[in-house]
Amino acid sequence: MSTEVHKHGLGEAYKRKEDARFIRGKGNYVDDVQLPGMLYGDIVRSPYAHALIKRLDISAALKVPGVLAVITGKDLEAAGLAWMPTLSGDTEAVLAVDRVHFQMQEVAFVVATSRYAAADGVEAVDVDYEPLPVVIDPKKALDQDAPLLRPDKKDRQPTNQIYHWETGDRSGTDAAFAEAAANGVVVQQDMYIPRIHPAPIETCGCVADFQKATGKLTVWLTSQAPHAHRTLFAIVAGLPEHRIRIISPDLGGGFGNKVPIYPGYVCAVVASLTTGHPVKWIEDRSENLGSTGFGRDYHIHAELAADKDGTVQALRVHTLADHGAFDAAAQPTKFPAGLFHICTGSYDFKHAFVDVDAVHTNKAPGGIAYRCSFRVTEASYLIERIMDTLAREVGKDPADLRLQNFIKPEAFPYRSSLDWTYDSGNYEAALRLAMKNVDYEGLRREQAEKRARGELMGIGISSFTEIVGAGPGKHFDIAGIQMFDSCEIRVHPTGKILARIGVQTQGQGHETTFAQIIAAELGMSPDDVDVEHGDTDTAPYGLGTYASRSTPVAGAATALAARKVRDKAKKIAAYLLEVGEDDLEWEPGRFYVKGAPGKGKTIQELAFAAYSNCPPYLEPGLEAVNYYDPPNLTYPFGSYICVVDLDRGTGEVHIRRFMAVDDCGTIINPMVVEGQIHGGLTQGLAPALYEELYYDEDGNIRGGNFQDYLIPTSMETPHWETDRTVTPSPHHPIGAKGVGESPTVGAPQAIANAVVDALAHVGVRHIDIPITPWKVWQVLNEHGLAAD
Amino acid sequence: MIPGSFDYVQANSVPEAVALLEQHGDEAKILAGGHSLIPLLRFRLAAPAVLIDINRIAGLEYLQETDGVLHIGALTREAALDVSPLIRTRYPILLDTSTGVADPVVRNWATVGGNLAHADPANDHPATMLALGARMVVVGPAGERVIPIEEFFTDATFETTLQPSEILTEIRVPAPTASSGGAYVKLERKVGDYAIAGVAASVTLDSGGLVTYAGIGLTNVGPTPIKARSAEQSLLGKALDDSSIHQAADLAAAASQPVSDMRGPVEYKRAMVRTLCVRALRKAHARATGQEEGGRV
Amino acid sequence: MSTHHISVTINGTVYEDDVDSRTLLVHWLRDHLRLTGTHIGCDTSSCGACTVLVDGKATKSCTMLAVQANGRQLMTVEGLEQNGQLHPIQEGFHEKHALQCGYCTPGMMLTSIALLQNNPNPSEHEIRVGISGNLCRCTGYVNIVRAVQYAAEKMRESAQVPVSAGEGGGQ
Repeated sequence: MSTEVHKHGLGEAYKRKEDARFIRGKGNYVDDVQLPGMLYGDIVRSPYAHALIKRLDISAALKVPGVLAVITGKDLEAAGLAWMPTLSGDTEAVLAVDRVHFQMQEVAFVVATSRYAAADGVEAVDVDYEPLPVVIDPKKALDQDAPLLRPDKKDRQPTNQIYHWETGDRSGTDAAFAEAAANGVVVQQDMYIPRIHPAPIETCGCVADFQKATGKLTVWLTSQAPHAHRTLFAIVAGLPEHRIRIISPDLGGGFGNKVPIYPGYVCAVVASLTTGHPVKWIEDRSENLGSTGFGRDYHIHAELAADKDGTVQALRVHTLADHGAFDAAAQPTKFPAGLFHICTGSYDFKHAFVDVDAVHTNKAPGGIAYRCSFRVTEASYLIERIMDTLAREVGKDPADLRLQNFIKPEAFPYRSSLDWTYDSGNYEAALRLAMKNVDYEGLRREQAEKRARGELMGIGISSFTEIVGAGPGKHFDIAGIQMFDSCEIRVHPTGKILARIGVQTQGQGHETTFAQIIAAELGMSPDDVDVEHGDTDTAPYGLGTYASRSTPVAGAATALAARKVRDKAKKIAAYLLEVGEDDLEWEPGRFYVKGAPGKGKTIQELAFAAYSNCPPYLEPGLEAVNYYDPPNLTYPFGSYICVVDLDRGTGEVHIRRFMAVDDCGTIINPMVVEGQIHGGLTQGLAPALYEELYYDEDGNIRGGNFQDYLIPTSMETPHWETDRTVTPSPHHPIGAKGVGESPTVGAPQAIANAVVDALAHVGVRHIDIPITPWKVWQVLNEHGLAAD
Repeated sequence: MIPGSFDYVQANSVPEAVALLEQHGDEAKILAGGHSLIPLLRFRLAAPAVLIDINRIAGLEYLQETDGVLHIGALTREAALDVSPLIRTRYPILLDTSTGVADPVVRNWATVGGNLAHADPANDHPATMLALGARMVVVGPAGERVIPIEEFFTDATFETTLQPSEILTEIRVPAPTASSGGAYVKLERKVGDYAIAGVAASVTLDSGGLVTYAGIGLTNVGPTPIKARSAEQSLLGKALDDSSIHQAADLAAAASQPVSDMRGPVEYKRAMVRTLCVRALRKAHARATGQEEGGRV
Repeated sequence: MSTHHISVTINGTVYEDDVDSRTLLVHWLRDHLRLTGTHIGCDTSSCGACTVLVDGKATKSCTMLAVQANGRQLMTVEGLEQNGQLHPIQEGFHEKHALQCGYCTPGMMLTSIALLQNNPNPSEHEIRVGISGNLCRCTGYVNIVRAVQYAAEKMRESAQVPVSAGEGGGQ
């Protein structure tokens, strides 16, 4: 239980240790790596969304000064590498052989002595394409006469449908809907969540260095999961795993973009193997947006059955999932739709049924990314939107409706009707705190006054439940590897610690927060604990950082490893103090004899003793490893309230105020938590109002660069207000739940709900995100509300 | 991402720049601020054989009001307008315009001259200069000439009446009178973007508050910058009230030729020309009558 | 393809080199001079990760040719710390947790320095305008504003000259 937590280190706004190098420009990102004899790779990409490759002529490219080689799909095919497995059980082309499936698909890999020569080489590769009919609309992909987009797997998948997945109690749900149709209320809502892209400011890339003399392949890689990538490289490339070293150095953001394996990585490895030189491949932004793992693209039909008074009974959701040309979505193997079935959210539904049909289209591959916790963004969006629709239907304030339907604190651990066991929660406390902070009653009064004057003000609520910390090995694996995580702690004789963990920060501050966990357990300063990760040669095996799993899983491993260290230190203390272990007490940093507090040994003294005066019945040294298989996921939650004012002339949405109350259980570092929330809220604002990647009917990508993919600047981003409640996780060693993705999960619908709320009085029930000015204006215009 | 090859030469004077243009013809492109040109080169959408860098030509960056004319050196950076007290107090329409160009870092290098000479209908200064009735001073092999702004843009996209070896050296804006005022209102998807639509309006009133001059320019709602002539005409001799403003706005919207794209559908853009024209005229009126000072930050 | 001999002063040190006409300033800094603190984040001059100071002006170094820097004075992130003393902006970013992954940070700091040189007492709004050409994906900007306010106050204190009040102070 978490009552054992020592406060020394936990809960402190400790300034970050990793800042020292970043503020000096001394971070070591993949593109900073420069090795002797290093070559550069650049990729020839298809301009067509769907086409046959009739002719590929690399002769002119080979004559470009500086170009040394051009690898083609046929070259890879000869080595059995033209296709690679994805994390979702599909296969994906590394380089196209005879057909391209999406605009920007990789067709050839040019290797040259400089970046500039490689780019010139790409321009000189000559490809003849024969365009094929393009499928962009996922509904059309299911038509009888739709072109088959993946003839390569037609034996096992004869249509464009990748899978059908369902869960829940279909008959109980149907019965509940029938009952509600007769005696209660049924609402439904179609919602489209468009394709968006995590777009970390650092794009993806690698430096692959195969050393013939040692047979070792070292890859500096933008990887959120270096060990998993190492194992996959070993399996896919047939290289011995002990001779592969993946190094994730510093990463400039990830947000799920750096979980998949991309063709550029494989090509760089092949190029290094064949040239005998290190090969660097760094994509540019257009390549990043146009070819790497996107998020969302869910067409959702949701229905909710309730009593006349708004008490929810049943939820039924059907989704069409557009995965693009290859199902390269990154999620635990047994959950093709991720954790989407958390969609009953914070409410006590008696019945629920969810099904997802996934299809291929001629778009870039992927599906699960962008701070989504494996589709929890989609799930939370749909439930929070349809709860508002229900509120309108039964004539209740959206806050009241939520309070009425929240899972009560005494119901935890709570088994949802879609089979999740929520560990702990207190949804009412979070919502009431948010309401108090914004003076909710006052806002509603203000809204009424403004409405009378024709001013459009809206208040939107999102009371989300997150589900993170994947996960228990019985159910959760990535490419077959159970989703445990790890920590290895080595205490040096002078009492300083070097710890290594199996997760991989991309800005979350692990070097500081994990040091704080250890420091808290051992009563030391986090200054005396250095945390490393990202090098698969030295870090213990872990599954990496995404879906907010680091604190729940590796954080637990870290606390438990530290406790093992403390347990051994206790044995040494008993030996040195010549008492039994039961006669010892612990205070932060020190064991002492019960009743004789003057007689004690500090952890530093015990560390030295481990090497210099170790009990003969113990191994010398002071180190511990823990591999942690979590017993459950964790369930952070929160309530967000957003206040908007609409410009009746332009349709612009102005966010006047945004209050975010989050509960992530025990807080390790409140400064880091607040920073995560600010950033996550901004990545929730973005899909709500700005970001969208789409394809025109010919399969041309739109929004595939930073001119048109609208990342919010400091001007679009409001001043975020945050607050906390603390409801620890009962099963986590320090009660912590994780927080990184909560704000991105919770925010978009708070904003969407606010806009709809501003227009609810004229009958508006839904506007699809991104809620652009023209979408709002169209609604205003239709209802005679457009003005100057 | 990586440009193709080209040669680079530096011009140290206007005559030298003209001579280089003559020498290289349409194989050459002028490099001023470079924040339109260099991105085009990086995407290999333009492939000039030689770049003529004019940034080192001394004496082309200035903001000076003399004898009823504001003289803007063609190389004047947008950032200079952003911080100029002269612009803020006497030409707030230009401050509205400069502060809306791209973002503040780009504005350290982007030039007013370049914003006009590039003739991108999405650029902001063309509409403002059309509204102000500015004059373009250009220098070529035949010497210096002055082109009124209404004759500067042709009806082809990205084209001006600059002759092949001419360069823009100065922009001349009539100084305001006691009762003139102007405003530029730009609607954008986010800061740093081109306009969904932009409207520049400049008016001069007589002592009775009737309009004696009206200039209205439109940004990014057609293949070229647009001068909304019928809208302008409709205001002459009238008081600026809701009725005349709305009528002018309707005419401005009718003069626009927007296309549907990532910045919005046609109907929306046209409606925005109307809305922004109303707002620009109201603001211009407030400035002309002393009710509002200065431009936006 | 012509090459040019350039002489550029960066953080007080003169660098001489021969560069191709088309070499972008950011590539020259990173790949040729190994000053890798300046980063590349996009290809449309939108993100500002490549921001350096050129003759005191914040400049997107991906949108300038190396040859254009000839004879000019540059400041990059590597030049901020002087004699073991951090620049107030570096201190502010650390104190206020204004960085997470660190990738936008050098550009963000250089833009902030130029902002404060031109406006020593900016309001929150002026700061947000000033950094609107620099994208951050991690921090949500709130702490960056706080860091700039911190640095502004430190710089005003050490300047020890009276400054006229801007539109009001910070948080």
